[in-house]
Amino acid sequence: MSYDTSFHSDIYGMHTHTESFMAAGWQTTDYLFAGMVASVVLFGISGLPGLFIKKPGWGQLIATGICVIAALLGTGTAVQTVVTGSSTAGYLIDWHLPFGPCEFSADPLSALFLTPLFLASGCCAVYAVAYWPAREHPGSEKKLTFFFGLLSAAMALVVLARNGVVLLIAWEIMALSAFFLLTTDQRDPDVQRAGMVYLIATHIGTMALFILFAMLRGTTASFAFPVPHSLSPDLGVATVILVTALIGFGAKAGIMPLHIWLPSAHANAPSHVSAMMSGVMLKIGVYGIIRTVSFFSLPPAWLGWLILCLGGVSALSGIALASAQRDIKRLLACSSIENIGIVFIGLGMALIGIQTNTPLLAAFGLTGCFIHILNHALFKPLLFLGAGAIIHATGTREIDRMGGLSRRLPRTAPLFLAGSLAICGLPPLNGFIGELFLYLGAFNDAISSPLPALALVAPLLALVGGIAVITFIKLFGTIFLGSPRSPEAAHAHEPPLAMLAPMSLFALFCLIAGICGQLLLRLVTPAVASYAQLPPAIIDRMESSVPLASFTLLNLSLLLLILAIGLFYTRQTVKLPCATAATWGCGYLAPTARMQYTGTSFAEMASNLFAPFVTVSRSGPSLSGPLPAAARFCYATTESILDRVLIPVFQAIGLAFSYLRRMQHGQMHLYMLYIFATLFVLMMWRH
Amino acid sequence: MIDTIIHFSLILLMPPLLLGIIGKTKAAFAGRVGAPFLQPYYDLVKLLQKGSVFSETTTWVFRAGPVVTLAATLVAATLVPLGNHSAPISFTGDMILFAYLFGLSRFFTTAAALDTGSSFEGMGAAREVTFSCLVEPTLFFALISLARMSKSLTLSTMLTYTSPGIWITAGASMLLLVGALFITLLAENCRIPFDDPNTHLELTMIHEVMVLDHSGPAFGYILYGAAMKLFVLGAIFMNIALPARTGSSLGDWGVFVVGMILLAVLIGVVESIMARLRLIRIPQLLIAATILSAFAMLLILR
Repeated sequence: MSYDTSFHSDIYGMHTHTESFMAAGWQTTDYLFAGMVASVVLFGISGLPGLFIKKPGWGQLIATGICVIAALLGTGTAVQTVVTGSSTAGYLIDWHLPFGPCEFSADPLSALFLTPLFLASGCCAVYAVAYWPAREHPGSEKKLTFFFGLLSAAMALVVLARNGVVLLIAWEIMALSAFFLLTTDQRDPDVQRAGMVYLIATHIGTMALFILFAMLRGTTASFAFPVPHSLSPDLGVATVILVTALIGFGAKAGIMPLHIWLPSAHANAPSHVSAMMSGVMLKIGVYGIIRTVSFFSLPPAWLGWLILCLGGVSALSGIALASAQRDIKRLLACSSIENIGIVFIGLGMALIGIQTNTPLLAAFGLTGCFIHILNHALFKPLLFLGAGAIIHATGTREIDRMGGLSRRLPRTAPLFLAGSLAICGLPPLNGFIGELFLYLGAFNDAISSPLPALALVAPLLALVGGIAVITFIKLFGTIFLGSPRSPEAAHAHEPPLAMLAPMSLFALFCLIAGICGQLLLRLVTPAVASYAQLPPAIIDRMESSVPLASFTLLNLSLLLLILAIGLFYTRQTVKLPCATAATWGCGYLAPTARMQYTGTSFAEMASNLFAPFVTVSRSGPSLSGPLPAAARFCYATTESILDRVLIPVFQAIGLAFSYLRRMQHGQMHLYMLYIFATLFVLMMWRH
Repeated sequence: MIDTIIHFSLILLMPPLLLGIIGKTKAAFAGRVGAPFLQPYYDLVKLLQKGSVFSETTTWVFRAGPVVTLAATLVAATLVPLGNHSAPISFTGDMILFAYLFGLSRFFTTAAALDTGSSFEGMGAAREVTFSCLVEPTLFFALISLARMSKSLTLSTMLTYTSPGIWITAGASMLLLVGALFITLLAENCRIPFDDPNTHLELTMIHEVMVLDHSGPAFGYILYGAAMKLFVLGAIFMNIALPARTGSSLGDWGVFVVGMILLAVLIGVVESIMARLRLIRIPQLLIAATILSAFAMLLILR
C-alpha cells in the first residue's frame, strides 16, 4: 500500500490490502520500492539454503548467486529512486503488536545510503567464494554465509524503517549478525576479545537508542517516526534526543571517543566482512544521526558545531592513529575513523548552514558529506578486499613482514594503488570530489561570513590529507615495493579471479567517479535538496559555482599527459642503452632486505609529531661494557585516548563497583532482608 | 592568445634558468666563476641522451614515478597566473586542485623511492611526506587570506588581485604571509635551510636522496619537474611579494621575468649565507610558518 508520509496520523486506521494495491495501478516509485524490498528479502534468505544442503560449497554458491541478483536489483532500483528524487513510496504492515504498524519507505536519503550498501554486499559476496571457500573452512562457512546475507538485509531494513521499534529490531539483528561474522574465527583469542569489546560497545549504543526512541514516543505518542521537520528544537527533550542519537548512532559510526571497538573489530573480522563493516555499517550510524536531526524543524545551534568538532577530532586523531599502525587491517580501520570524521565535518557544516539560514553553506556541506559517504563506500571496500588478497597471499597482517609484493601480485598492486590514491583524495580519483565540496564550503564561508570560523576547516582538511598521504604511501610502499622482508612475502601468489573482479569493479567506479564528478553530484543533489529543504535555485547556484566540467577536463588532460610522457619515455629508453644492477647501497657491500625502511620506521617521524594522539613505547636495551650481551629492542605504538583516558576511567568505575559487589554475596536470607528494607523505605517515603 | 603562448613558453623554458641563476649567485658568493647560466639546460639535454641503469628490485612504479610527477606539475603550472596575467585555465576551486596535484606528484615520487628498497631512499621519502604534510596547512591559511581579500575562489583572481596598494592597507598581514610563503617555498623545493640540493649522499638529505637510483632520461624528468615546481611556487610567491603593475601587457611579462630572476638571486643569497638546519629543527620552523600564516589570516579577518 502506498501512502504519502504527510498523513501519518491516519495510518493507524488503514489496513494493507494487496489486492486494492494492485487494482489501483502501480506507480514507478511503487515498482522501485518493491524492487528494493525484494532485494532485501533476497539478501535475508540468501544463506538459508546453505544451512540445509549437506554438500559443502553448494550453499555458498547459491547464496552468492542470490546475493548478486539481489545486488543488481537493489542497486538499480536504489539509484533510480535517488535520481528521480521523488520520495516515499511506502509500505505498511498493520499487525497487532503493541508498537503499532510496521512501516517501511524509501526517500532519496534512504536510497542514497542503500545504493552503496547493495553494491558492496554483492561484490563482497562474490569475493567470499574465493576468500572463505567452503572446502577450506567447512565449519565456519555456513555461519558466515548466512549471517552475511542477514547483515546486508538488516542494514537495509534500518535504512528503510519508519518506526522506532522496527528500526531497533533491525538494528539489533544488524549488530548481532556483525558480531557473529566478526567472530567467524572464534578459536583465536584476539578475535574473542575483539568480539567482546564490540558486543559491549554496540549494546551501550543500543541502550542510548532505547532512550532516544522512548523519548520520541513520549513526545509524539507513537513509535512511528515523526513527520520530518515537525518537532521543535526548543522542546526540553530535544537535547536528550539529539545527544542520545549522537551516542547511540555515533558509537556505531565510530566517531572519537566512541571508536574503541572499531580498530580491533575490523582487524579481526574476515576481510570481506571488514569491508562491509567499514564501507557500509559505519554509514548506517551516520544515517541514524542524519535521520534523527531531520525530525526537528531546525537543528539547534550547538549541534552543528558539536558535530563539526567531533568530526575534526575524529579526522585528525583517526588518521594520526592510522599512520602509526603496523597491522594492515587495523590501519585501514583507523583510517575509517578519519573518513567518518570528514563525513561529520560536512554534516556539521551543513547543520550550521541550515541553522544560520545560509543555504549555500548547507548545500556545500551536505553535498560534501553525502559524496564522501558514497566515495568511502567505494574505496574502503576496495582497500579491505585488497588487504584480504594480501593476507590470503602472505598469511600475515603485519606489513613490516611484507614487501616487494607488486612483483608477485601484479594485478592486485595497481588496484590497491588506486584505492590508496582515492582515499588520500588525490586527483583524478573520486576521493577528491567530496573533499572539494567541503573545501569550497569553507572558502565560501571565508569570503562571505563576517566571522569565518568555518574557514578553519580548510587547513584542517589539508593537514588530514597530508597525514593520509604519509599513511597510505607507507602502506602501499611497505607492502608492494622494495624487496620481500620474509619468506612468506617472497612466495606470495595472485588471488583468484573471484577476488580480483570485485576489486576491479570498485577501482573502476573510483576512477569513473573521480573523472566524472558530475555523476556523483547527480546522485546526491536530490537527497541534499529534500533533506535540507533547499529550493532548486540554491542547488543550481551550487552546481554552477563548482565547474566540475573543468575538473573533468583537467583530470583527463592529466591522464593524457601521463600517457604521452610515458610513451615518450618508453620510446626513449628503448633506443638508449639500458642496464640492470643492484640498488645503490651508498657503498655498502652486502645489503639485505632487512635493511630496508619498514613501515614503522617510515612513520616514526610522523608519530613523534602526533604524540598527543599516538603514544610510542620503546623498550630498548641498555648496552654496557665493550661486549654487551644479546639484547632486544621493542617499539610499539598505542592509542592515547584508550590508554590514557578510557582505561583509567573504566578502572575507576570498576573500583567503585567492587565495593558494591560486596553486597552480592549469594546469601539468600540477606537478599530477602534487602527487599524488605527497600520496601520499608519506599513505604515510609510515600507516607 | 599571445598571452597563453607566452605563458606556456615561460613555463616550459624558463624553469632551468632559475637553477642556473641560483648556482651563479652561490658561485659569486664563494668567489668562484661558476657554471654558465644555461648549465641546467645542458645537463637536461645530456641526461635525455644517456642510457639508464635500473635496480633489480624496481617495478613499473619506479618508472611511473618521474612521469606522473612531471605530468602533475605541468598541469598545476597551467593553473598559476604569471605576474599580472591570468592563467590560461582558471575556474572556481582550481587552487584546491593545484594543491592536490602536488600531493599526487609527491605520492609518486616517494613511491618510486620506496620501490628501490634502499634504506636511504626510504629515509628521504619519510622526511619528504612528513615535512610536506606540515606545509599543507600553511598553504591553505595563505589561500584563505587571499580568498578573503580578493573575494574570489580562483587562483588567478586571488593572485592578480594583489597590488602595491594592498601593501599599504594590509601591510602587516602581507608581511607575515610573505614570510610564511617564503619558508614554504624553500621547504617544498628542498632548498637550504631545509635540504641541500648539492649533496646527495648524506643521511640528512630529503629530495636528493629519494632520486638516487634514477638515471638517464628519468632523472632528467625529475630535475626538470623539480625546476618547474620551483618556478610555479616562485611565481605564486612573487605575485604576493612584488605585485608591481606596469599597465601594458608586455611590460607585465617583463616585470614577471625580472621578478623571477630576483627571486632566484634571493634564494642563491639565502643558500650562500645560511647553513642547513638540523633535521629535528625543521618541523619547528615549518610549524612556525603555519602559525605565521594563521596570524596573517587573523589580521585579514579582523
